[in-house]
Amino acid sequence: MLILLKGRNLLSKEVEGEALVTSQPISFFGGVNPKTGLIIEKNHELNGKNVARKVLVFPYGKGSSVGSYVLYAMAKHGTAPSAILNIKTEAIIAVGCALANIPLVDRLNKNPLEVIRTGDWVKIFSDGTVEVKKKA
Amino acid sequence: MYLTREEEHMFNGEYGEGLAKCMRLLVVLGELFEAKKMVKVKSCHVSGVSYKNIGEPGLELLKGFAEENVRVRVKTTLNPSGMDRKRWKKTGLDKDFAKKQSEVLKAFKRMGVSLSCSCIPYLIGNKPKFGDYVAWAESSATVYANSVLGAKTNRESGLSALASAVTGRTPYYGYLLEENRKPNVRVKVKFKPSNQLEISALGYFVGKNFPEKVPFFSGLGLVSKDWLKVLGAGLASAGAIALYHVENLTPEAKFFSEDNLKDIEKFEVGLGEVKQTIQDLSEAYERCEAVFLGCPHYSLSQLREVAAFLRGKKVKPKARLWIFTSRLIYEKAKKLGYVRLVEKAGGLVLCDTCMVVSPLERLGLEVVYTDSCKAAHYLPSTNRLKVKLENTLECLRRITV
Repeated sequence: MLILLKGRNLLSKEVEGEALVTSQPISFFGGVNPKTGLIIEKNHELNGKNVARKVLVFPYGKGSSVGSYVLYAMAKHGTAPSAILNIKTEAIIAVGCALANIPLVDRLNKNPLEVIRTGDWVKIFSDGTVEVKKKA
Repeated sequence: MYLTREEEHMFNGEYGEGLAKCMRLLVVLGELFEAKKMVKVKSCHVSGVSYKNIGEPGLELLKGFAEENVRVRVKTTLNPSGMDRKRWKKTGLDKDFAKKQSEVLKAFKRMGVSLSCSCIPYLIGNKPKFGDYVAWAESSATVYANSVLGAKTNRESGLSALASAVTGRTPYYGYLLEENRKPNVRVKVKFKPSNQLEISALGYFVGKNFPEKVPFFSGLGLVSKDWLKVLGAGLASAGAIALYHVENLTPEAKFFSEDNLKDIEKFEVGLGEVKQTIQDLSEAYERCEAVFLGCPHYSLSQLREVAAFLRGKKVKPKARLWIFTSRLIYEKAKKLGYVRLVEKAGGLVLCDTCMVVSPLERLGLEVVYTDSCKAAHYLPSTNRLKVKLENTLECLRRITV
């Protein structure tokens, strides 16, 4: 089954990948190991999961502005997500995505946390269209 | 958003990947905040300097920029680093930290950033004019630039300020627009602040109650620039305040008549609220083993006040009195004999760093006395220190014999 969503792609780049979804905010600083891509924040529902090359779906960023530097370091180490889908974008994630050249999509016409499940295949188009292929 | 041809060239990488990254960053922010265009900036102030805060990811990024031949296009100053570049050994730091911190500074230097390492750029040569667009990080400097100098800046992050320094541009939104500079809460001050701590607490209290507003203060009278610096630091640390006005004092206040102000929310602050704010931020602790002053960095006149008090006094044995300022002000204070008076009493005037961004948790102190609500806000989390707030002279009385 294919679902189409319409949003705003702040980096106008096309990518695709497997979705990793959480309803909890993420702090890249202290929350993710930039060398491995593993989520290390204690008590986070994605603790132990790897964000590398995933289409990472979460509500919004939280925590220190050093998070921007971490996203950049992850891109250098090849551990960055291939795209980020947010409900509400804030500047730390936006700056990090810009530096690391990671497509960042927000303002989707349907709540991505409800439509997309971990394991779905997600394609992101430069005009902000998001195509979700549900996991069988 | 609209980009000029020159800006498009930057964005497309025609001047190299480093500049393209910086332009991309500003375009993304511009799109995010719905800016219609970029404007040119006159100066920048960059934070995110201490290795304690930015760590290895930050160092990697800055080195990368320096290697990509990224250079600043406008006057750009730097926030405090994690150490006094000359006397870091005296503050309990180790060689590894000093080495990493030096690498950070070296990268900034290669980019053409002035290694001013201070949160008061406006007192040391980076002083924009009324109406200038600038891109300043460091919340206390941002609020000073907007409110006291009448320049126009958003609350930038270290990276967005650096991107502006490199491209000479900032997206046109937020506090750059005249319509967002109007006051939207009127704060009537019902007491005469008698020292710096009370001014700091007034700012903190208002910032906490109106974190996103533009306050218009009345009843404050004519306070000094030092006090405006301290007021802004309080406002900007408790809230996200980027701009305030003071009746008959700050440069934009005169644009708002009684008529403009009559319909906005009104709020009164008395000495009671200020005392309560101080108490809430302060530990009930009597023993005094350390006094840290200079958050924000002390000016020459603040140093003079401390030096005058210390004449003929001694810091208690094993106790610490540290005062943080910029290197330029330190050099001036040295010429005027203030530094000698502080050191003769057993105190230390430190440069290039501050109590918030230096890894002072390594000193093993329990409680620190200070005169700044901003410091009291940050020290428990950044350096795991407890804070006791006292006014400047009381801090000095407690640490000396």
